[in-house]
Amino acid sequence: MIAIVKYNAGNSTSVKNAVERLGFTCTITNDHQALKNASKVIFPGVGAASRAMTYLKETGLDKLIVALDQPVLGICLGQQLLCTHSEEGNVDCLGIFNAQVKKFPPYGSVPHMGWNTLAIRPSQALFKNITEQDDVYFVHSYYCELSKYTIASCDYITTFSAAMQKDNFYATQFHPEKSASVGEIILNNFLQL
Amino acid sequence: MLKKRIIPCLDIKEGRTVKGINFIDIQDAGDPLALAKRYVQEGADELVFLDITATQEKRKTLVALVAQIAKEINIPFTVGGGINSLDDAKRIIDAGADKVSVNSAAIKSPSLISDLALELGSQCVVVAMDIKMEQGEWMVYINGGKVATGIKALDWAKQAAFLGAGELLVTAMDNDGTQKGFALSILEAISKAVVIPIIASGGAGTQEHFKDLFIHTQVSAALAASVFHFSTIAIPELKNYLKIQHIPIR
Repeated sequence: MIAIVKYNAGNSTSVKNAVERLGFTCTITNDHQALKNASKVIFPGVGAASRAMTYLKETGLDKLIVALDQPVLGICLGQQLLCTHSEEGNVDCLGIFNAQVKKFPPYGSVPHMGWNTLAIRPSQALFKNITEQDDVYFVHSYYCELSKYTIASCDYITTFSAAMQKDNFYATQFHPEKSASVGEIILNNFLQL
Repeated sequence: MLKKRIIPCLDIKEGRTVKGINFIDIQDAGDPLALAKRYVQEGADELVFLDITATQEKRKTLVALVAQIAKEINIPFTVGGGINSLDDAKRIIDAGADKVSVNSAAIKSPSLISDLALELGSQCVVVAMDIKMEQGEWMVYINGGKVATGIKALDWAKQAAFLGAGELLVTAMDNDGTQKGFALSILEAISKAVVIPIIASGGAGTQEHFKDLFIHTQVSAALAASVFHFSTIAIPELKNYLKIQHIPIR
C-alpha cells in the first residue's frame, strides 16, 4: 500500500489520482501506524511552510516522518519541509536535508510557474528514462538551495534544487503528478524503488 | 529555461462544453472530458474551464465534473466562473482543481483575493480581469464584460497582485473574438507593473499572433478558445512554429 501523508497543506487528491492512474492502490492518511506500515510514503504539499510545520508538530507527524525507513517522496512544499529551515514564516523544518529554503529575489516573475527543464545527476533511479530535454511543471515562490543532496537542479532566477535525495528520502520541487507523461515516468520510478 | 504556456479554454454550461466545436474525431463534442483529453494529448500546457452556468442550482454539476477531470488529466487546470466566496473556491480545489479563477466577485470584494491566498496559497489564485479601452485608457469591466467599474486596468492588476493573486488572466474585450491579435501594449504594461505571471487572452487568430505576443511582451502564457476548438490552429503545429521562432516552448 502507498500512503500519502494527510495534513493541512492540500493537493493530496491530485497525487492520489496520479498514483492510481499508474495502477497502484493508495490511501491518504495521518494514521501513524498506517504510515509506518506503508511500502512507500508520499509527502506532498502546497501552501505555507510555517502553518504546515505547526500542524505536523501538533500531530506528532514531524517525528514520525523523519523516522520512516521505507522510500519517502516529498513533493513541492514536501521537499521544502524536509530541509533544515525555511524563510517562509522563518520556521525550522524537518532537517533531513541540510539545506535552506529561500525566497526568490524579485528579478523575474514569482511564483516560478510553468514547465522547465532539469539538469540531472546521472544514474539516479528517480530519473530513469528521463532526459534533460524533458520539461516538468513547477509552481513555487521559495526554493531549496543547492546542496550535496541535490540530484537535479533547475535554472530560474537562480540555480536551485529541483530534486534531492538522502538515503530513503527523495524529494522534488516540481509536481510529477501534474507533469504529463514525464511526471508519470518519474512517479513510477519512485513507486518501483 | 521556463517555457511559455499555451492554454486552451473550455466554456462549460451545465456540465457540457459550449461554443461550437468542430473536431471531427471527437464522438461527443459537448463532453468536456473528451475535449480536455484531446488537448492534453496535443501538448496543451494547462487547461482553463470556465463555468458559464447561470443558476446556482445547476452549478452543482460543476464539482462532480471537476473531480472527474482531476482523475483523468495529468496537467494543471484552473476552474473559474461564478466563484464568489472562499467556500465556493474550496469546493473546487477539494474536488481536484489546481487553481481557481475569480473575476467580478474580487472587484466587488477585493478581500476575497487575500482570503483565498491565505487559505489556499497564492499559487491557487488566478485573478481574471476583462478590460476594455475607454477614452484612451484600458478599464476593468465585470459581469461578463457588461458593467463598467471605473477602475483602470493597471491599478487593478497591481492591487490584485498586492492582495496575493498568484497569476493574472487578462482578457482584452476589444480584441476578444476578432482574431486580429492580442492587445500587446496593455499586456506588456501590466507585465511590467506586477511581478506575478500574466496569461494573455483575447484576439488570437493566427500562429503569428502568438509569436508577436511572446516576442513583444513578457507574458508567461497565451489562452485561446475558438481557434483551438475550430481547429483553425492545431496545438502541435503552433508549438512547432513557435519553437522555430526561437520562443521557449515545451
